[in-house]
Amino acid sequence: MNAVADIAGIVLGGLAAGTVLFIVSVGLSVTMGLMGFVNLAHGALAMFGGYVIVLSMNRAHFGFGAALALGFVATAALSVVLERMLYRRLYRAGELDQVLFTIGLIFIFIASTIIVVGSETQQLQLPPALSGQFNLGFIQYRAYSIFLIVVGFLIALGIWLTFERSRIGGQIRATVDNRRMAESLGIDVDRLFTITFAFGSGMAGIGGGLGAEFLGLDPQYPLKYLVYFLIAVSVGGLGSVIGVYYASLILGILDFVLTLYLPKGGTIFIYALTILILLARPQGLFGRKGL
Amino acid sequence: MRRHRLRWWEALPWIAGLAFYFAFPDYLGFGCDLLVTILFALSLDLALGYAGIITLGHGAFFGVGAYTVGMLASYNIWTEPITGLLLAAAVAGVIGFLSGLVLLRTTGLTLLMLTLCTMTLLYEAANMAAAYTGGFDGLPSLPISPVFGVFEFNPLYADTQYLFALGVILVCFIFVRILVYSPFGQSLTGIRENVLRMHAIGSPVRRRLIVCYTISAALAGVAGGLSAQTTAFVNLAVLGLDRSATVLIVLILGGYGRLYGAFIGAVVYLALEHFLAQIYPAAWQLGLGIVLVLIALFARNGILGLGETLWQRFGPRRAAP
Repeated sequence: MNAVADIAGIVLGGLAAGTVLFIVSVGLSVTMGLMGFVNLAHGALAMFGGYVIVLSMNRAHFGFGAALALGFVATAALSVVLERMLYRRLYRAGELDQVLFTIGLIFIFIASTIIVVGSETQQLQLPPALSGQFNLGFIQYRAYSIFLIVVGFLIALGIWLTFERSRIGGQIRATVDNRRMAESLGIDVDRLFTITFAFGSGMAGIGGGLGAEFLGLDPQYPLKYLVYFLIAVSVGGLGSVIGVYYASLILGILDFVLTLYLPKGGTIFIYALTILILLARPQGLFGRKGL
Repeated sequence: MRRHRLRWWEALPWIAGLAFYFAFPDYLGFGCDLLVTILFALSLDLALGYAGIITLGHGAFFGVGAYTVGMLASYNIWTEPITGLLLAAAVAGVIGFLSGLVLLRTTGLTLLMLTLCTMTLLYEAANMAAAYTGGFDGLPSLPISPVFGVFEFNPLYADTQYLFALGVILVCFIFVRILVYSPFGQSLTGIRENVLRMHAIGSPVRRRLIVCYTISAALAGVAGGLSAQTTAFVNLAVLGLDRSATVLIVLILGGYGRLYGAFIGAVVYLALEHFLAQIYPAAWQLGLGIVLVLIALFARNGILGLGETLWQRFGPRRAAP
């Protein structure tokens, strides 16, 4: 019985971490799939959203739901401004310029956060309903982790349905598959991209806030988790919602297990696995096309 | 044919390097840092600037070189500096060759991810073997034998280290200069500019890329080894993402695909960092970020490219050929 509870605890903890990873990365996957833009600064938007959420709760005493909504809207709005003013100029540039540009953005976000808010870690105060334990029948587990897993599943389901069933989802899929063809069929790719970029960034912002409790939220966040966001996206496959969902969950569980049992360098297996998967399938597990 | 002729101003960096030795005897430690960064950026230039291999994990080879020298010295197996650097080059070159063999089949984001993961993998491996590598605390006070058995490395005053490093990068630079103007170097530029055409004219593209990546890795290994020797210290930071990102920034700031971009970039970056970062680190990072964004948007060829554009527009007119 105890072993079952242990395993369930590990799986649930890993799933909760993976869920946060998914909520942050899903927008990155879709926007990179659409435009082929190497956006290393996605984590910076997640951090921005996280700060908005945590600060609006701690300093302006917003409720949890209201703070999340504010985080989504603020991050999405900021991303539209950035996209219109800066990203747009670099769509046809080489990867090197895009890498350089987004590294520059990361530095700007980190430094601005230190200057405006300070370099200390921000604590997320969970609402009382989520801070206790939740009885799953065979074990007691942290209510917040259960909440994250359920919410993440619903979000994944919602995005997947939008992708597969709605008109805009069809347009996105068509553009990921063949951008020129989609454009010549009259799909407004620029508008599509702005919408998905804003939505994806908003989701990243929510992810930053939801994950603040156990990933920590400090100015180094965009660099600290950059590799994980990129792994989730590239292993899952660009432009594939299902792929990112599975990749994030697997990554979350692996990381949870390895840091628990092999705290020194255990995550080496994650990188080795990523290299093997990408060598065997450069387009990722569920990718529609080569990267 | 005339492009590779030596020009008078090509002596300037070396004269400046020597002048620095006499003018700033108190800053020779910083000077060693500068020289190591130049060599590291030069090695990256070969892969990224000339062959167009976009990598975020070049620190892997720097770290391998540094640990080769560091661990051999720390356990008193091999402390001779020149052969130490050759060993560092060999080990880094072998790793570069093996990883290039599998990684260079991919391009774009996949390649970016694979190079990044390879470096992180080595980082975690070094972390796992902390009993031998020293982990975060590193291997301090590495014993390094005198150069040529005569010139001692003084841990407190980096004059021998500086001249040694200057000599090493001079040799490496001459090697790189000959390489990029050779037919081999020309074919690398061809691959960067249009890989399909190079395939079409029957150039062995993958083999060329692997050879170039191996040489670049070996040079990065020398830079890493040099860093371990001049500071008598090596720790996990040599394999960190920070260092790879920094060297990328240095190279692009100076201008990639040009021999002297590494020099200009390293001098500008390190000088600014040295003075600004200590006064107000957040402002330094903010300024750096803004400069990177501006370079990506407007000055894609870095400082040297900017200089060339200005020279062409406002410099003396050349007679029509």
